[in-house]
Amino acid sequence: MSNWDILWDERAQFWNGFLSTLEIFGLSIVGAFLIGCGLLYLLEGSRKRLTMPLRIFIDGMRMLPFLILAYLLYYGLPSVGIRLDAWWSGVGALAVYHGAYFAEIFRGNRLTFPPGQIEAAEAHGFIKGKMFFRLLLPQIIMQTRPLLGNQLIYALKDTAFLVIITVSELTAAANSLSSTYFIPTEAFIVVIGFYWAISVTMEIIIKQCGRFSAKRGFDNV
Amino acid sequence: MSEANTSETAAVSIRHLSKSFDDVEVLRDVELEVKTGEVVTIIGSSGSGKSTLLRCINWLEQPDRGSIHIAGQRIGVNDAGRPMPVRELAKVRAKTGMVFQGFNLWPHLNVLHNVTEAPIHVQGKSKREAEELATALLEKVGMAHKRDSYPNTLSGGQKQRVAIARALAMQPTVMLFDEPTSALDPELVGEVLAVIKDLSAEGYTMVMVTHEMAFARAVSDQVVFLEKGLIIERADPETFFTTPKTDRVRKFLENHDTPSPA
Ligand SMILES: Nc1ncnc2c1ncn2[C@@H]1O[C@H](COP(=O)(O)OP(=O)(O)OP(=O)(O)O)[C@@H](O)[C@H]1O
Ligand SMILES: [Mg+2]
Repeated sequence: MSNWDILWDERAQFWNGFLSTLEIFGLSIVGAFLIGCGLLYLLEGSRKRLTMPLRIFIDGMRMLPFLILAYLLYYGLPSVGIRLDAWWSGVGALAVYHGAYFAEIFRGNRLTFPPGQIEAAEAHGFIKGKMFFRLLLPQIIMQTRPLLGNQLIYALKDTAFLVIITVSELTAAANSLSSTYFIPTEAFIVVIGFYWAISVTMEIIIKQCGRFSAKRGFDNV
Repeated sequence: MSEANTSETAAVSIRHLSKSFDDVEVLRDVELEVKTGEVVTIIGSSGSGKSTLLRCINWLEQPDRGSIHIAGQRIGVNDAGRPMPVRELAKVRAKTGMVFQGFNLWPHLNVLHNVTEAPIHVQGKSKREAEELATALLEKVGMAHKRDSYPNTLSGGQKQRVAIARALAMQPTVMLFDEPTSALDPELVGEVLAVIKDLSAEGYTMVMVTHEMAFARAVSDQVVFLEKGLIIERADPETFFTTPKTDRVRKFLENHDTPSPA
C-alpha cells in the first residue's frame, strides 16, 4: 500500500478538515468585512472622541502576530470569565484581526475619496447613514477590490494557525495523518492542494467582480 | 409681519450675510432677493466670493452672520436660533438643486440611477415615480439615450447635463449653478448653456455664477457684481452690460468679451 493509498483511504478526514476550514474561513471573512465596514463607519462619524481609540485599536491589531491574538482569545479570555471554545475563539480572532486590516484598507482609500461627490450628496439632502451605505461604501469597496482579495488570502492562510489552539481544520487533518502514518510530505502536499483550490476559486470570483467595477471606471487601482 | 411676507414670495432671500475664512472677510453684508421664476447671475473676478455666496445658500458653507430663507424657510438655523439638526437641514437643502463646476456625478451609478438616487433615498419617492420623473428630465436635457451608461463613458458636456437632471429631480425651489461650463472644452460649452437657457425659458428659478458674459446677458433677470465680498453693482442685464455705474465693472467688462446686444 503506497502512502498515497493510505491518504486516499483517509480521505474523509481531509474532506472534513476542508469543510471545517471553509466554514471557519467563510464565517470569519464575513465577520471581518462587517467589522471593517463598521470601523470605517465609526471613523466617518462626527464623534471625534472615538477616532483616537479606534485608530489605536486598528493599529494595535495590525501590529500583533495573529497567533498571539488566537492564544489570547483561547487561553486568556477564561481568566476574565469569558469562555469560548477553540472553534469560536479561532473564528473570533480571525474576524477581529482581519477586520482591522479591512478597516485600514478602507480608511486609506477613504482619504482619497473625491470631496466633491460628498458635497453633491449633501446638496441633494443625503445625511450620514444613507450617504455612507449608498455612496461611500460601494465605491470604496470597488476601489479596494484587489487589496481586499489579497487580504482574503492572508485570512485563509491564517486559518492554518488554528491547529495550534486545537481547532480541527485542514492543517490539523494533515498533521494528524502525518503523525499517525509518518507520511508528512504527502499529507502536506494534499492540503497545499486544498488551500490552492480555495485561493484560486477566490481569485476568480474577485476577478469577476472586477468586471462589475471596471464597467464603472474603477480600474485605476 | 412684512418680513415674513417678503420671504414667502421670494425663492431665496439673503440678509446681511457675512462670512470669513480665518481672518479674511469673503462675504460682507450681502443682501440678495431672488424672486420665483427669476434668473440671477453672479459675476466677479476670481476670489471675489461668488462660490462662497452660492454655497452658503444651501449651507455647504456656514455663514458667520446673517440669514438665508429658501421659499420662506430659514436654512441652517432653527426657530430657537440654534444650528439645525442634520435631518432638518437636509430637508431644507433638498429645496435647492446644485450643479457643480466639476459635475460630481456618482460614478458607481448609471445615468438613470444618478438621477433617481436622491428622489428615492432622500425624498422617499417610489422607484416607479422616480424613474418616470428621471426619464422625463433626461429627455429634457437630451440624455435619455444614455440612461444605462456609466458616468466614466460620458463627455464633460454630457456629464454636466446629467448633473442638471439630477439636481432638477429634487424638484427644487431654486437651482444653483457654480460655473457649470468652466471645466468644459470650448466646443462642449454650448450644449450645456442651451439646456440652462431652456430652463430659464420654462420659468425655473436660478442663481448662477458664470464667466459667460453673452449668456449672462441673454438669460438673466438680474446681474450682481461681487467685488471682495461686497455687492458693488446690481442691475438688469441691459443696464449692467451697457451702462455700468462703477469703474470697476466697466474695467471688468472690458477685460471680458463684452457681449454685443442681441
Ligand atoms: N474653505 C476655504 N478655506 C479658506 N479660504 C477659502 C475657502 N474657500 C474659499 N476661500 C477663499 O475665499 C475667497 C473667495 O473664494 P470663492 O471660491 O468664493 O471665490 P470665487 O469668486 O468663487 O472665485 P473663482 O472665480 O476663482 O471660483 C478666496 O480668497 C478663497 O481663497
Ligand atoms: Mg468659484
